[in-house]
Amino acid sequence: MSGQTQRLNVVPTVTMLGVVKARLVGATRGHALLKKKSDALTVQFRQILKKIVSTKESMGDIMKTSSFALTEAKYVAGDNIKHVVLENVREASLRVRSRQENVAGVKLPKFDYTSDADAAKSDLTGLARGGQQVQQCRAAYVKAIEVLVELASLQTSFLTLDEAIKTTNRRVNALENVVKPRLENTISYIKGELDELEREDFFRLKKIQGYKKREIEKQLQLQLQLQMQSSSKLPVNIGVSFNSSHNLLAVADKDDDIIF
Amino acid sequence: MANRVQIPTNSSALIAMIADEDTVVGFLLAGVGNVDIRRKTNYLIVDSKTTVKQIEDAFKEFTTREDIAIVLISQYVANMIRFLVDSYNKPVPAILEIPSKDHPYDPAHDSVLSRVKYLFNTESVASGRR
Repeated sequence: MSGQTQRLNVVPTVTMLGVVKARLVGATRGHALLKKKSDALTVQFRQILKKIVSTKESMGDIMKTSSFALTEAKYVAGDNIKHVVLENVREASLRVRSRQENVAGVKLPKFDYTSDADAAKSDLTGLARGGQQVQQCRAAYVKAIEVLVELASLQTSFLTLDEAIKTTNRRVNALENVVKPRLENTISYIKGELDELEREDFFRLKKIQGYKKREIEKQLQLQLQLQMQSSSKLPVNIGVSFNSSHNLLAVADKDDDIIF
Repeated sequence: MANRVQIPTNSSALIAMIADEDTVVGFLLAGVGNVDIRRKTNYLIVDSKTTVKQIEDAFKEFTTREDIAIVLISQYVANMIRFLVDSYNKPVPAILEIPSKDHPYDPAHDSVLSRVKYLFNTESVASGRR
């Protein structure tokens, strides 16, 4: 897997170095922020999980109480209330409202339950006998619905948070293990190339200096040899060859205009 | 990127039910039942004669309907269509498993809690055993 972190293919110039450095800074900052977000989401996740577990247990109890109330109502009002209720279904009087809540940057759904009070009254169940039991049973079931709506709300937030945490963690890992090493490798590559160019330049300069030095030494050698042979002292012009300086001064002897 | 799943803000959504007769009657008493003009209900009464296919169809219908926010399903019914319930991963509508009279609540089979069982190694969900 370590072969995956290559470098970006860029032209190794100083501008590109600046650009890639800026990207690395951005990636580091983004990584720190995302890590913080992931931690915050995980904290929320654990809290919701705890609440879910306790609510589920209380839901079990409440359902037991409500079915007990239903059995009482059936016993008192006769078994026929089943059919009466089934016949009487029309519009739902208990409805659920869904909103969005923003928690640590993630939009979580939340349910509230609302009841249409006017639609609930037109019910003739248990009018003949057992009316009070039926009312109690109804109240028990309404309470059960409250708990269930809250539980549903917790459950959806739980699932949404779970996915959000997974995505954030995926991004954190991608930044940490792929993007940043790639950018760092690119930076070291560019720096290496720039250093090599500088070294090349330096080497070229040194070579030329050495070459010039050798040229001067060769000329000095030639002049020393000639001085051994001839007695006249001619100035040595560095950069001008020995023969041409000799010619210049030789001409100057005959020319009257040149006053030395 | 922002959350791609858009959670619809609905001001009046229904609660669907797939449960045995007694549970459904109780909830209908409370006023959760709805019958619209095309005689479509938001509940399905499961008894010994209901086939698994009917339950599957009802589940699929309730989860694709736009106006249903919560689906209550008895746990033993959920066990019959366990694969559908487990593969369902949309946040809305929420699937809640409720106990019924003859089958008390068993957290080991709950599709949501089983996904996070790895978080609970020492504390057990059915915290009765201490």
